[in-house]
Amino acid sequence: MAKIKIAQYWGAGCGGCDVAMLDIDEKILGVAEMADIAFWPIAVDTKLSEVEAMPDGYITATFYNGAVRNSENEHVAKLLRKKSALIVSFGSCACFGGIPGLANITTAKDVLEYVYTKTFSSDQKNAKEKVYPQTLTHTKDGDIDLPTLYDTVLTLDQVIDVDYYMPGCPPTTNLINDFLGVVEKHVKEGVPLPPKGTVIASQKTLCDECKRKREVKSITELHLPFEIDIDPDKCMIEQGVICLGPATRAGCGAKCLNANQPCRGCMGPTAQVLDQGGSMLSALASVFKIGDKESQMNEEDILKIMSQVKDPLGTFYSYTLPKSIIKRVVKERGPRKKEEAKA
Amino acid sequence: MTTTQVHVKEAEPASEEEWQPKIVTFCCNWCSYAGADLAGVSRLQMPTNFLVVRTMCSARVDPEFVLRAFAKGADGVLVLGCHPADCHYIGGNYRTRRRIALLRMLLEQYGFDPERLKLEWVSASEGPKFQKTIKDFTEKIRELGPNPLKDESGSIVERKPE
Ligand code: SF4
Ligand code: SF4
Ligand code: SF4
Ligand code: FES
Repeated sequence: MAKIKIAQYWGAGCGGCDVAMLDIDEKILGVAEMADIAFWPIAVDTKLSEVEAMPDGYITATFYNGAVRNSENEHVAKLLRKKSALIVSFGSCACFGGIPGLANITTAKDVLEYVYTKTFSSDQKNAKEKVYPQTLTHTKDGDIDLPTLYDTVLTLDQVIDVDYYMPGCPPTTNLINDFLGVVEKHVKEGVPLPPKGTVIASQKTLCDECKRKREVKSITELHLPFEIDIDPDKCMIEQGVICLGPATRAGCGAKCLNANQPCRGCMGPTAQVLDQGGSMLSALASVFKIGDKESQMNEEDILKIMSQVKDPLGTFYSYTLPKSIIKRVVKERGPRKKEEAKA
Repeated sequence: MTTTQVHVKEAEPASEEEWQPKIVTFCCNWCSYAGADLAGVSRLQMPTNFLVVRTMCSARVDPEFVLRAFAKGADGVLVLGCHPADCHYIGGNYRTRRRIALLRMLLEQYGFDPERLKLEWVSASEGPKFQKTIKDFTEKIRELGPNPLKDESGSIVERKPE
């Protein structure tokens, strides 16, 4: 039997997804048996020029991890799309922007300025003329170029067509094995692949997968995980700890809950919703009970109580800002003057 | 409305002078929608820059509806419901109030002026209050100017050239 060809690439990620792929234990032997590695920068020495030389569709499946945050990430994503029959958006960064996606609260200019001139150890802190990395430098031996850092972090499916999504930061061994099993069956026995666009995870909500007991209907205050002794058998939210379970797709086996930590939402939104943050916001506002006096309270009182949520954007969109409905921070052009507005 | 489809018509080409705010107003079926109706049959004058989306209760207004209204180009979003202690479903309006408080904090973090989202209580008999709410809110949005997701020409910027 001819072997299939697989590739794995990293965009704006941390390397954890590559390690997750190596971490699948003896299944990796199955992979080696059915597949050749066509391109995998962390593990195999293949040059981009070799990929460029491959015929279109030559690679059976590419696992792309990391978000798309610079021109190189985008260039390689487009190249691999051309050369691959299937593209799997691998990990939370590729699927939703992930942790790097939180950079969408700022701009490329501010990031570069901070890193190159403002940090404690920067040589340029007091320099008059600040030096920044250039995307193009002419030298006597030729031009040297660097990728352009984007203002807005993008998800993989915002730049190329994606066949499957495998969320998780990183995806768990179980999900990877399940998917590889499906591919193996397809290759060896001709079993059809799942429909395009399938999210390789559960259709349920993380709370369905979590074993903690739910009894209390409402809460009155919030705590950070380290502020209280968390009861390992009771629901986090009922103990006043924000847990993204109600707004998160199941499939990880409630890993963080098993370690007595709240879920931060790395599996992304559930199948029913678009915006994980909006869905969590709604769930949290609903369990928050202010008591019998609520009818006598005004908007300020309520705002004060809800302000216990210190950072709604960072808490509700830890992994999904680039995939959220609003996607990035915007700037008001400033209030217009009354007369001008009337004109 | 049964789904989360909120379509705000593409803004007309907006030279700054011509720009007219677009406002999405969610009205709960039992109080505010009747209030809006009363304002209408009483022929109370008010700006016409708003469209009404009727929901069974103000609590039916999922945060996603509000975020999508902004993402599709609304310059302001009003959520109107029954007065405290008056919600047809007993506590829906309290949920709404907590949610809107959080949503306004979130919108501010996104860089929007939180005043672009407003919650108000309008009962079935309060036609004049409906009129005043629309008038004041439209005035407020005029002051704030276009939704910051829109470019100078008034269309939503999907992806800025890098
Ligand atoms: S999804 Fe998580 S593990 Fe994978 S690259 Fe992103 S940050 Fe790293
Ligand atoms: S909110 Fe968190 S702790 Fe509670 S049931 Fe859901 S996943 Fe478990
Ligand atoms: S519990 Fe939540 S944050 Fe932890 S692995 Fe599962 S989905 Fe990710
Ligand atoms: S029915 Fe009017 S707010 Fe609930």
